[in-house]
Amino acid sequence: MSIAQKNLILVVFVLLLAVVPLVIKGGAEFGGADGQAEEAITEIQPDYEPWFQSIWEPPSGEIEGLLFALQAAAGAGFICYYFGYMRGRKQQEREKRV
Amino acid sequence: MSGKICSMLAFVYLLTVMFVSPANAYAMHIMEGFLPVQWAVLWAVLSLPFLIAGVISIKRTLRDRPNLKMMLGLAGAFAFVLSALKLPSVTGSCSHPTGVGLGAVLFGPAAMSVLGCIVLIFQAILLAHGGLSTLGANTFSMAIVGPFVAYGVYKITQKLGAPFWLAVFLAAALGDLLTYVTTSFQLALAFPAEVGGFMASFIKFNTIFAVTQVPLAISEGLLTVVVFNVLAAYNSQELQELSVLSKEEVQI
Repeated sequence: MSIAQKNLILVVFVLLLAVVPLVIKGGAEFGGADGQAEEAITEIQPDYEPWFQSIWEPPSGEIEGLLFALQAAAGAGFICYYFGYMRGRKQQEREKRV
Repeated sequence: MSGKICSMLAFVYLLTVMFVSPANAYAMHIMEGFLPVQWAVLWAVLSLPFLIAGVISIKRTLRDRPNLKMMLGLAGAFAFVLSALKLPSVTGSCSHPTGVGLGAVLFGPAAMSVLGCIVLIFQAILLAHGGLSTLGANTFSMAIVGPFVAYGVYKITQKLGAPFWLAVFLAAALGDLLTYVTTSFQLALAFPAEVGGFMASFIKFNTIFAVTQVPLAISEGLLTVVVFNVLAAYNSQELQELSVLSKEEVQI
């Protein structure tokens, strides 16, 4: 099996791991907020007050989504550049040998 | 052959755990301001020596092998991408992987402490995710426990003769999972329950943080193997320099 095939299978597994929860927990909220932990803390210690606030918060869910997307895009961009560069390097080495 | 059966069994076990887990939990880093001052300071102080060791380790790696600069960037970029992906989990909520296992296997756990901390600072300042006051605690869980567990698991499974892919998978997955067990540990220490004390809180926070993380930890393990497959194809020389792959493994 080639590497591309192996990796394709692995990526399909990752996609399944992301899709299966959406199907079996169809009605769930899939909240991303850290609300539940906050709730648990206030349950254990009702008088706890956060003593520090975020210095800046994204003004809306959309802006937050934008920033997360940028973070992922920047990382993915570098990874793809690196792999492309390495692939080219390897090919050049091979051609030199011939 | 027995290794394959073992990994199959482990996979089936993890799937079972996922399906019986309780509903509705959120899993992320500790929120800004949500750790009492003394704990926030303690975790920051505990994290500091690892960060210093990490800076020294990175400097040494780049001085001895400047050609590895790009690969170090890859390790950072991988953590950057994975910690930005909030994925749905079988608990009906979302969390994100950490991506620190890859760099820990490549460059050692200390180096990854620094890169993980940078990711956390970025998210605390720009995304209001995690926090500056809880940076020490979050660094300790994601950038210290995570990479050190990953590195330890990788070394042990390699020594036990597990195939390379399995060692990488387990390292990344367990590093990811233990990060969130640590988060639960930190919160339980700071907020012991009135009834049941530390243990009751620890279990409670684990159902919030760690259980949600199980499928994501598997995803992170698989994605780390994907990256290593590509690295083994194009970067076998660098992997040998980092003594990640031996000569024989490169031939395969």
